[in-house]
Amino acid sequence: MIIGYDDNDDASIYKINDDIAVIESLDFFPPIVDDPYTFGLIAATNSISDIYAMGGTPTTALNILCIKNGIDDNVVHSILQGGYDKAYEAGITIAGGHTINGEELLYGLSVSGLVNPKKIMSNNNSKIGDVLIHTKNIGIGIITTALKANQVDKKLNDTICKQMSTLNKYAFEIVSKYNIHSITDITGFSLIGHSFEMAKASNVSFNIYSKNVNMYEDAIQFANMGMIPAGDYRNKESTKEYVAIEGSIDEAVVDVLYSPETSGGLLISIDKKDADICLSELKNNNITASIIGNVAPLNEKYIHIF
Amino acid sequence: MFKIDARGLACPEPVVLTMNAVNKGEKEIEVLVDAMPPVENVTRYAKNNGFEVTKTVDGNTTKLLLKK
Repeated sequence: MIIGYDDNDDASIYKINDDIAVIESLDFFPPIVDDPYTFGLIAATNSISDIYAMGGTPTTALNILCIKNGIDDNVVHSILQGGYDKAYEAGITIAGGHTINGEELLYGLSVSGLVNPKKIMSNNNSKIGDVLIHTKNIGIGIITTALKANQVDKKLNDTICKQMSTLNKYAFEIVSKYNIHSITDITGFSLIGHSFEMAKASNVSFNIYSKNVNMYEDAIQFANMGMIPAGDYRNKESTKEYVAIEGSIDEAVVDVLYSPETSGGLLISIDKKDADICLSELKNNNITASIIGNVAPLNEKYIHIF
Repeated sequence: MFKIDARGLACPEPVVLTMNAVNKGEKEIEVLVDAMPPVENVTRYAKNNGFEVTKTVDGNTTKLLLKK
């Protein structure tokens, strides 16, 4: 075992020989959008994402499904179809899985992948002077809370569904050509939570400039309306000792920085010399990305938000 | 006084109930909640909609009094 439970990383890695290691990851959750096919796409995208975040290539996957009693067969088929279609796009096969009946509908994948042990992308190797690149927008957890309150219009719903079902494969294929030191994907622990994990594991401080972070404007408005999920407050609470807010930042913007993300983007700690060209290539390929900060010597708090 | 008992309800339900009352024109609303996220969220919503918020804690229950 090279990477296991204690490392707060994105998946487990088991080394077979000097050239091959197996990555394994599992994730599943209840529906966050109404359309079952879209839910399947999102759940699969989210599950497969962990493999890219370790620098690997996904190979196979298994379904994990819990069916709520009384749910229509067509709904189940649509969810699974979404999962299969996204797996196909990622170039992998879903070779079966396991289904149980329960109190709540849940779906996800257990995904296996391969990586060269020398090319594992861990989250503990950020170097002082690195630049932080972040892909996708944040604020999904707040928008899906507003969705439950019927405050989200179809256009915004379509926008977030498209983002959540976009594989990090494309972003990873680009960034992996450059000199990157650490990488992780942004999920339920929020941009700040996952940044904290990476900074702590690397024993450095991250300076994050909130104005440079791509976030949904609607999420800021919904935060002002009190549409903030409990997970957002948990993320703040569990990292408060390690995060310093420097100067005055709008309360709702801070909420969005802590928003739990579903199938979020990548956070990449990249050599400063490569940052601009890497960012340009991401943007030229229509990937939402920005430079959100830099890596500094450890200065009291792991995260400084400006 | 319009009263809402939102104890045991998960976000965004307490805010939705408050919002419905505000949209019906209520100017004085009492909201009972029993967890930190709804306390924060209802307070946030009310303040951003021009209400004054008074908070009293009694055991696990927090009473939010919203006045315009």
